[in-house]
Amino acid sequence: MKSFRERFLGNPRVVAGLAWLVLALILALMADVLAPTDPFAIVGDPFLPPGAGFLLGTDSLGRDVLAGLIHGARTTLLISILSTLAAVAFGTLVGALAGYYSGIIDDALMRITEFFQTIPSFLFALVLIAILSPSATNLVIAIAVVSWPPIARIVRGEVLSVKAREFVQAAVVAGQRDSAILFSQILPNTLSPLIVTGSLLVATAILTESALSFLGLGAPNQMSWGFMIGAGRSFMREAWWLVTVPGVMILITVLSINLVGEGLNDALNPRLADL
Amino acid sequence: MSDVVLGIENLIVELPSWSDRKHAVSGISLEIRRNEILCVVGESGSGKSVMAKSILRLLPEPHVRVTEGRIVFEGEDLLALSDEEIRAVRGGRIAMIFQEPMVALNPVMKVGRQIDEVLEVHSALKPAQRRTRIVELMHDVHLPEAERIIDSYPHELSGGQRQRVMIAMALAVEPALIIADEPTTALDVTTQAQILRLIRELQRAHGTAVMFITHDFGVVAEIADRVAVMRHGELVELGAAAEILNRPQVDYTQELVAAVPSLTPRVRDPGPAPAPLLVVHDLVKTYGAGSGFLGFGSGRKVKAVQNVSLAVGRGRSLALVGESGSGKSTLARCIIGLETPDAGEVRLDGERISGLSRRDMRPLRRDLQMVFQDPFASLNPRHRVGHIIALGPMIQGVPQEQAWADVRELLKLVGLKPEAAERYPHEFSGGQRQRIGIARALAVKPKLIIADEPVSALDVSVQKQVLELLDELRRTLNLSMLFITHDLRVAATVCEEIAVLQNGRVVERGATADIFARPQAPYTRALLDAVPGVAWQKTA
Repeated sequence: MKSFRERFLGNPRVVAGLAWLVLALILALMADVLAPTDPFAIVGDPFLPPGAGFLLGTDSLGRDVLAGLIHGARTTLLISILSTLAAVAFGTLVGALAGYYSGIIDDALMRITEFFQTIPSFLFALVLIAILSPSATNLVIAIAVVSWPPIARIVRGEVLSVKAREFVQAAVVAGQRDSAILFSQILPNTLSPLIVTGSLLVATAILTESALSFLGLGAPNQMSWGFMIGAGRSFMREAWWLVTVPGVMILITVLSINLVGEGLNDALNPRLADL
Repeated sequence: MSDVVLGIENLIVELPSWSDRKHAVSGISLEIRRNEILCVVGESGSGKSVMAKSILRLLPEPHVRVTEGRIVFEGEDLLALSDEEIRAVRGGRIAMIFQEPMVALNPVMKVGRQIDEVLEVHSALKPAQRRTRIVELMHDVHLPEAERIIDSYPHELSGGQRQRVMIAMALAVEPALIIADEPTTALDVTTQAQILRLIRELQRAHGTAVMFITHDFGVVAEIADRVAVMRHGELVELGAAAEILNRPQVDYTQELVAAVPSLTPRVRDPGPAPAPLLVVHDLVKTYGAGSGFLGFGSGRKVKAVQNVSLAVGRGRSLALVGESGSGKSTLARCIIGLETPDAGEVRLDGERISGLSRRDMRPLRRDLQMVFQDPFASLNPRHRVGHIIALGPMIQGVPQEQAWADVRELLKLVGLKPEAAERYPHEFSGGQRQRIGIARALAVKPKLIIADEPVSALDVSVQKQVLELLDELRRTLNLSMLFITHDLRVAATVCEEIAVLQNGRVVERGATADIFARPQAPYTRALLDAVPGVAWQKTA
């Protein structure tokens, strides 16, 4: 049997996806070095096509599209990763409590989860932003609020099945406390589906963030890919690059995350992939 | 010989490259003749199931595949047939009976319809004729009320009835060969005895050839005409049943036969009875008493344990023997505090331990520990062995360094290397894992150990070693033990006293030797008679 690392990194799709994600992360982290000027600054004539002066051209106000992309990577990735972390943390807590204690706690927590799940998630996020007012923090909150229910359900199911295993009973017989059993015995054994779902959730978060920014509900004064598409959409026929370039960025990034997520799934559950 | 139904010639089955060995089956040749039962015996990993599956080409190809050899059935090489042709052989000329009838039967289809499907594919009978034939088959396999069972779903039948349905399906079109892959392993002993008798009877009546795969030499003694012993994918010994059972030639076969727990009951040490350490008085546990959400679904109550009283003397061991559903595991869980009994009390060393909260129970965990059934599920795969064993003592307040030093001693005590502490459970075999489980139970130096079927998931040879280890530890550490098992042979080897449970009640209790010599309750007698190979072991 090959090791996890071999199975994961031996998959060419994972390597391609990871390569792009590393590139995007470098863009995001080094944004101030790679594009030192403010992405909102007017640096040239409007609607300059991609070419010599500006590699990816300028937009309707004469802003540098390349600088926008680089700074946009920072905003988009930061918001989507933070919101996913928040959703995973909260969803895990709810799912773990529901699965471990079962009975009335489970009933109550799962009814609440279902309540959140039945509201169409994008509309819900829209309403939350409208109530909370657009800002980076509120975007994180809104996206997290609409994406934790699937995590809670997955964790609950895993906890239920792990809880029935004998090593958990052995821990009870050894006299371990509930919280210690949950955190040291059960949760580590639910990690693999959690990692896979969590990684795919980042892709959904990017899409939600972009869609909100497209509608003008993104973080104000922060360049993001969705905002760029929204600002450029009226000039699609005159200046195709304004919409196309950030659109392609979103596409490739989401695709890469999905490739890596599926690669993780195959590597963590080798039997499914092999037989 | 014209009598030969199936001939396997130099069969080699290759395993995928990441397996721990190259071949599942390496160069097996054997024959099955008309009107005989050939038992293929071997421990787990011997390749016996893979060989059987390769006959009907049921291997998970391309990962596991036949690379060499021929399987000749009625003059044709099965391995050379097209997919269409092999489908006609499956269920038609060769039928298969699987280990777990609940899984082998389709849960959403009535069992009559499932038998009907076989007839529909492999015979030219009209629907009305097929129904008559199904009723006939059900009579053949001694299923009562055939008309009712035809329209039942698998979950409405008992395990034994389901296996009878499987046998009826196998017999439906009078196959020349039946392959039975551990068909009685999932059944209770008394049911197993009935199914074995049925297979024997039907095989005689129809003159069918049967390949019977099993790991249990008791079953072999009950049913086999000839025996093939397999190990690591190779044929170790092949011969008539009486020869192999009573005069095995090869060392490995001798070891296997010797490892079968004997029926010789263990004798109680002479001297006055010691003071009881564990006393269970009038314990009751009922399931399903509560109602579901909003009062819906208040299901029927199951009386798992009904007014059970028993006692284990200091330094003594008591076996709780019973079939599935007898309440033996529930009783153990009530004693150890994994379940709360509805009534009655449990006393350990004079102190009441039933009805305590988890917090109040914690100091008592030092005296009372458990060894679990499944060595693969009872160790947390993400913790190091040392951590698993040291957990109990550390909760009891032993400093970490001391606990880890003790772990090394314990590992030596159970026959493992001290370095095992640094490794993870998946690096160990089933028997080694059970040793780790025993070390974990011993870590807090308990007075009483409850062992819940500790050897039922292990191969016979490993089973013997683990039982010997438990025995030795009991003597050196002066442990008392409550040993739960479904296997009277194991109970006789380990325990000097036995309590027999049926439907949540103790039907008989006493010294093992007395119960074996003069069983009082009819149920105990039935259990003793049902032990596979009982006649063989008495003569041996």
